[in-house]
Amino acid sequence: MIRYILTRFLRAFITIVLVVTFAFVVLRLSGDPATIILGPEAPPEAIAAFRKSWGLDQPVLVQYIQYFAAIFQGDLGMSMRDGRPALELVMERIPATLALTLPALMLKLAMGVPAGVYAALHQGTAFDRAVMVAAVMGFAVPSFVLALGLVLVFAVNLGWLPSGGRDTIWHAILPIVTLGLGGAAALARFTRSAMLEVLGQHYIRTASSKGLAWAVVVRSHALPNAAIPTVTLIGFLVGSLIAGAIVVESVFSWPGVGRLMVVAVANRDLAVVQCILLLVATTMVTSNLIVDFLYGALDPRLRHGARANA
Amino acid sequence: MKTPLVKIEGLNVAFDGAPAVRGVDLAVHPGEALGLVGESGSGKSVTWLAALRLLPGKASVQGRVSLDGSDILSLPVREMERIRGGRIGIIFQDPSSALNPVLSIRRQISEVLALHRGMSGSEIRAEAKRLLDLVGMPDAKGRLDSYPHEMSGGQNQRVMIAMALAGQPDLLIADEPTTALDVTIQAQILDLLQQIRREMGMALVLISHDLGVVAENCDRVAVMYAGRIVESGPAATLFDTPRHPYARGLIDALPTLDDTQRLVAIPGVVPDPRDMPRGCAFGPRCAYAGPECLLDSPPLRAVAPGRRLACARHNLDLAGPKSTTPNSTPAEVVS
Ligand SMILES: Nc1ncnc2c1ncn2[C@@H]1O[C@H](COP(=O)(O)OP(=O)(O)OP(=O)(O)O)[C@@H](O)[C@H]1O
Ligand SMILES: [Mg+2]
Repeated sequence: MIRYILTRFLRAFITIVLVVTFAFVVLRLSGDPATIILGPEAPPEAIAAFRKSWGLDQPVLVQYIQYFAAIFQGDLGMSMRDGRPALELVMERIPATLALTLPALMLKLAMGVPAGVYAALHQGTAFDRAVMVAAVMGFAVPSFVLALGLVLVFAVNLGWLPSGGRDTIWHAILPIVTLGLGGAAALARFTRSAMLEVLGQHYIRTASSKGLAWAVVVRSHALPNAAIPTVTLIGFLVGSLIAGAIVVESVFSWPGVGRLMVVAVANRDLAVVQCILLLVATTMVTSNLIVDFLYGALDPRLRHGARANA
Repeated sequence: MKTPLVKIEGLNVAFDGAPAVRGVDLAVHPGEALGLVGESGSGKSVTWLAALRLLPGKASVQGRVSLDGSDILSLPVREMERIRGGRIGIIFQDPSSALNPVLSIRRQISEVLALHRGMSGSEIRAEAKRLLDLVGMPDAKGRLDSYPHEMSGGQNQRVMIAMALAGQPDLLIADEPTTALDVTIQAQILDLLQQIRREMGMALVLISHDLGVVAENCDRVAVMYAGRIVESGPAATLFDTPRHPYARGLIDALPTLDDTQRLVAIPGVVPDPRDMPRGCAFGPRCAYAGPECLLDSPPLRAVAPGRRLACARHNLDLAGPKSTTPNSTPAEVVS
């Protein structure tokens, strides 16, 4: 068991290092921050000075090693834009992002899981077909299209809700709904198929043959089994609590991490972009770890398999 | 004769228009062991799943199934649930997939005890252990907290049996209870079923491919072919003097103990349910078929006390030399 946990942690750590490395390389290849921040007309001396002060004149490998050395001391670098610590800038924005993504996650779970279960239990009915159509649309329609559609209807035409900004609680509604609907569709579809698969298993027939009422068969026999694959997707949704709002924050000018990311990328503000990516990778990997351990709790086959491995 | 415990009359089952069971009549008497044999796809499982209303909604079921004289196909769901597991228990072919992988053995047995016997708490614990002991589970107490994947197929089948017995049913349907198990375990499970039946005075329907197994373990046997019963009678006489060419074929297909005689499989295949021959469904494969066999499907008729037969050529003497090569003419006429 201990070995199981250790390998999981090691794997998580390696994943984070790879993500950060990838981001580092791509960012160094994608254009010079000095010319972007100082402008194309800046004198060459100024550009040289800028590069020197940020260590950009060093070979990439040296920069890379210095970067990692700093990370291990808790130093994620300074924003080239306004000279403040990147971590501070990012942390400031996290509450705003969570204010969208947490309620959106609730909305996804509250809509997606019951809709999927209900559709599976009533396969082929009008409700089931409606869920499938909604799920396919939720999957196919990009979130910015959905966002613009909602703005058009509820902000422009009906005038019920503001179309952007973060002044009142009303401002949060459209972004939350945009985020929630897309995830709910995916979750409904996934839950439905997990549930259908389980309902076709022999042990469901066995449970009925014991005289259990159908509601009990579903609750005690089908749901615990269908939960196992569904937890994977929920883990992914939780993992994207930080990163999940990039598009939506941009559309609704919501000052969260996502918008900071877009601005930082446009400015080649390396430290900020890297800090955000590190944070995103860490949340993803952590929620994956939690999912792995949840599997053990939900599925005795894995629990004992893990024990046998230890 | 006593009233039967369960009586099936004119049962028809079809899936998307393809008939799987075509007019089955069958009675099980209290305490009796009835064998149901036939090749794969002959409708043995579907017959009993239909009787317990366990088939998926797309199956169309017609006919009458009565328990102690009252029809159960039209019963409200609530009352049907009291019958399932309480009056009629069923165990399935593959115990490993028939048990829920994420629930402990204790949990799966306890459900039945709580539901049909109103037990709770320590009573359940004691009774679950007693049941596992009854089905010969080694270390019954420790096993209660196990999960299906931690046990062998034979042990899982013992759990299935314990679960089916938990509701103290009057009838146990054992649907090929040993097919998924290896030979020594098969014999143990069959012995166990016999012993429990005698002790509990319960009726048993043993479904099997193997007429030999059924003849050994049952009082009466019914042979099914393509959704119909083609012959039924006391196990010993039917095994010694089969009257239906198909029953004869099943017996000839059994390996003999001394192995002096070669196994004779029945040539040909079961007809496609969507494309049943007009006459006797076995006609195209029958070594004894005559022209009359192609006209009508023969009804199941009493031919001797306790014996029924569905064969147009019911006066045939099959006790003679074994069927070897089929008479190919009827098949050609059909095609
Ligand atoms: N759920 C189902 N959907 C469609 N067809 C089915 C279903 N269950 C059974 N059938 C069909 O009904 C026919 C009879 O099947 P059944 O399971 O009763 O056979 P069986 O005699 O029990 O055979 P086996 O020895 O293989 O268990 C087969 O043709 C089968 O394909
Ligand atoms: Mg079967």
